[in-house]
Amino acid sequence: MSTKGIVKGIISNLVIVEVDGPVSQNEICYIIYKEARLMAEIIKVVGQQAYVQVFESTRGLKVGFEVEFSEHMLEVQLGPGLLSRNLDGLQNDLDKMKGVFLRSGEYTSPLNIDQSWEFKPLAKVGDKVQAADWLGETTENLQPHKIMVPFVFEGSYTIKSIVDKGTYTLKDTIAVLLDDKANEIAVTMVQHWPVKKALKAYKEKPRPFRLLETGVRIIDIANPIVEGGTGFIPGPFGTGKTVLQHAISKQAEADIVIMAACGERANEVVEIFTEFPELEDPHTGRKLMERTIIVANTSNMPVAAREASVYTAMTIAEYYRSMGLKVLLMADSTSRWAQALREMSNRLEELPGQDAFPMDLSAIIAGFYSRAGYVILNNGQTGSITFIGTVSPAGGNLKEPVTEGTKKAARCFFALEQARADSKRYPAINPIDSYSKYIEYPEFEDYIKKTVSDQWIPMVNEMKTLLQRGKEVQEQINILGDDGVPLDYHITYWKSEIVDFVILQQDAFDTIDALCPIERQQYMLRKVMGITRMDFEFDNFNEIMDYFKKVINVLRQMNYSEFESDKFKEFEKQLEELLKERVTQLNQA
Amino acid sequence: MATKAFQKIYTKITQITKATCSLRAANVGNEELATVDGNLAQVVKIIGDEVTLQVFGGTEGLRTNAEVVFMGKAPSLRVGDQLSGRFFNAFGDPIDGGPVPEGKEVEIGGPSVNPVRRKQPSELIATGIAGIDLNNTLVSGQKIPFFADPDQPYNQVMANVALRAKTDKIILGGMGLTNDDYLYFKNIFSNAGVLDHIISFVNTTENPPVERLLIPDMALTAAEYFAVEKNEKVLVLLTDMTLYADALSIVSNRMDQIPSKDSMPGSLYSDLAKIYEKAVQFPDGGSITIIAVTTLSGGDITHAIPDNTGYITEGQLFVRRDTDIGKVIVDPFRSLSRLKQLVIGKKTRDDHPQLMNAAVRLFADAANAKTKLENGFDLSDYDERCLDFAKEYSAQILAIDVNIDTTEMLDTTWKILASHFRVEELNIKQDLVTKYMPKVS
Repeated sequence: MSTKGIVKGIISNLVIVEVDGPVSQNEICYIIYKEARLMAEIIKVVGQQAYVQVFESTRGLKVGFEVEFSEHMLEVQLGPGLLSRNLDGLQNDLDKMKGVFLRSGEYTSPLNIDQSWEFKPLAKVGDKVQAADWLGETTENLQPHKIMVPFVFEGSYTIKSIVDKGTYTLKDTIAVLLDDKANEIAVTMVQHWPVKKALKAYKEKPRPFRLLETGVRIIDIANPIVEGGTGFIPGPFGTGKTVLQHAISKQAEADIVIMAACGERANEVVEIFTEFPELEDPHTGRKLMERTIIVANTSNMPVAAREASVYTAMTIAEYYRSMGLKVLLMADSTSRWAQALREMSNRLEELPGQDAFPMDLSAIIAGFYSRAGYVILNNGQTGSITFIGTVSPAGGNLKEPVTEGTKKAARCFFALEQARADSKRYPAINPIDSYSKYIEYPEFEDYIKKTVSDQWIPMVNEMKTLLQRGKEVQEQINILGDDGVPLDYHITYWKSEIVDFVILQQDAFDTIDALCPIERQQYMLRKVMGITRMDFEFDNFNEIMDYFKKVINVLRQMNYSEFESDKFKEFEKQLEELLKERVTQLNQA
Repeated sequence: MATKAFQKIYTKITQITKATCSLRAANVGNEELATVDGNLAQVVKIIGDEVTLQVFGGTEGLRTNAEVVFMGKAPSLRVGDQLSGRFFNAFGDPIDGGPVPEGKEVEIGGPSVNPVRRKQPSELIATGIAGIDLNNTLVSGQKIPFFADPDQPYNQVMANVALRAKTDKIILGGMGLTNDDYLYFKNIFSNAGVLDHIISFVNTTENPPVERLLIPDMALTAAEYFAVEKNEKVLVLLTDMTLYADALSIVSNRMDQIPSKDSMPGSLYSDLAKIYEKAVQFPDGGSITIIAVTTLSGGDITHAIPDNTGYITEGQLFVRRDTDIGKVIVDPFRSLSRLKQLVIGKKTRDDHPQLMNAAVRLFADAANAKTKLENGFDLSDYDERCLDFAKEYSAQILAIDVNIDTTEMLDTTWKILASHFRVEELNIKQDLVTKYMPKVS
């Protein structure tokens, strides 16, 4: 018989429950309130008293209400039918909820248990299998979806029976497995997994090395992220975090995209709900929503569920990774998640760390980021979770605990900068402060040499040096005045401005410029770096500015035109003419 | 508030602090209202049979044998058409001498809208102020604050915006308003002859500060009634949210909570988000738009209140005095409307997005030129042209006394640009230049 309890105290969404039997840390329980059952999680136990955080509003709760314990931690349901769903932080299907307003204690299953799926076995009777091995396959949104041995199964099993190819509902048994004591265990297409536990049913986790193309030039060229890599985007408000995240999620070359809207604005989530079903996946031509799952826990939804939402999203990502897929997980914003941790820690009257965050914040962040990665599955196939989180630093100060904790965990750093945003240089990623550690990986370098070009990385480094030099020169000009420096300084500065305006800046709202495929990036980078290597002749600095503004304008018109179209070539011809006017020496590579 | 028959009266208060009192009581619900010697209070904590009440008016002079009566409900408001044109206090009681309105009783601070039931905002709210309509276009269902120092005319600008915007209802939530400002709003609304579209919930500096915690929820509960039941476009004005947050920190301090940044409660983000996220566009046409005021201290937006607000709201509006033209302008650099992308170039002319960006970028170049001038450097011809442009742009577009329609704003901007710059200095798509740029002789 499961444990029961009685409410003894209420402090906001922290409820104290006196229990009559054993309970476990993080166990889920339900407070019975009229017809509703309010879900809660144990976060502290003192003697016979369990402290539970309630995932709903606690208005009207009274001492003496009954509580039922579930004997399991917070779990998600995994199975075919998750794609295209709009879920909340506890994996409820938001579309199945009735009415305009969310009601306390209303829970809806993300899967349609009666829905039929075409099942094709991949394993046969007598096969030895272990957790996460593929038993069969179905098709979800035209994409293969593997049915696996449940992740919770420990040790090895033998397949006693498996159904033939055919149509089955999620309730139907599709295989019977025998454990080492010959107990029979029936398996369906649905399984459960506790969200806070990392799923480790894979063979190994090597260093990631494959470029994940995002179509955003400043990322792909200057700070590339890889399949299975981690990155974070810190930035003060108004610097374009969300626009950048949306751009990446629309364009990235991934099989599955999971967006965790964690404590952010509801209207931004609505934007995804509205646009994604309309937009096409640039790689497959199908609707973006077909490969997307949205986990929405907006800022006005209960705080405790906000904490759960990032774990829910990560667990679903791990499920799809185990099928050998490339998953991209975006969380906006991890600061809101950290704030949820802070609110709870505060109510538990724990001794606070910096800025009143819990002491173990940085360990919690690192633990979460480490669940991403590129893995080799037991059958030798590979899968990956690329994780990009945004951070909303308080006061735009990057020395606050969430940013610092994340910096230790994530390998790419896309620093959004107020000054760049103010001068409308979007995406406002600071090209000098940002970094990608992957660019130093020899594995990555080899991969780029093979798939893009052996000129690529040297050219990127040359570009970064020019940007650095341009910044130094600009500071000199600001101190000494336009007349106080040699003309060469102006030329260097304007060459770095070409890179800034043509390569780094990108118009996320222009239909053509928004997405820049790698071939086009390579073409433009060559073009631009070619120009920066040329020698020019001028009489004074006003000429230099006027001239390079014209060059930038033509190059930008190229960015706005369809690649290799007549219009594009027309502008390219204009550029050649323009260059002829002033170039003395063609040092083109 | 009179006690009803058969209600249990408690007379044994066991603990009193500056804002709270505790007593032993049974069968009490969390967040339930109570009266303590007739003063309103709310349940904030229950441990066993000990109930802690937050007394809105403060506990000065509270007796340990005061009469405590629990009302069995959370704070609520009677909603109905009779609310129109009336002034109420933080508890929803009339302060204009009129009768108590009748209507359905609704608990304030109700549940959030299911995000999948929201509609993407897409209706432009025109204000005639070009600094807003052109550069920071407002959209119905948006939430946006004015960030302003206390000496700036934010209440006047807000009142102007409210009166010019075409909405069905305006709901004013005044928190810590000075009596003078309260009368200002009252006068300007009645002089405009629109009083019957306006509902006000007002807490002035003469009222206890903790009471103002109820104001936003009162105003938004009324707004939800008109937006959901009547499908009306409702504009909610909240001024001043900084004073609201101050009240939050007073309460959290008295409840012995560990303060986080700037002595604000750790839950400040969630507390503010619960209010601002009530802004919504419903599919049936009703909408709630929130325009708020967050006063700053010396323009510091890194303080916890504006900082958290900025992360919640869909942009912010800054007003400042432009010394070159001697007028108050909407600052084009620091102001931002995040939802403008949903309407500009779609509900307005197709050149709007690029033209707006070009003008703001050149205005930034003018600011750089000004710095150069102040530092004693020679100005180039381009710098000079930027400065001339900036003056005209400030006076004809950014000043808050401008009142023209959006197409006129675009034409004016083109005219000013064309008289100072060459095509290649604009960085605007060629097609748009050909279509709209006037020829200068």
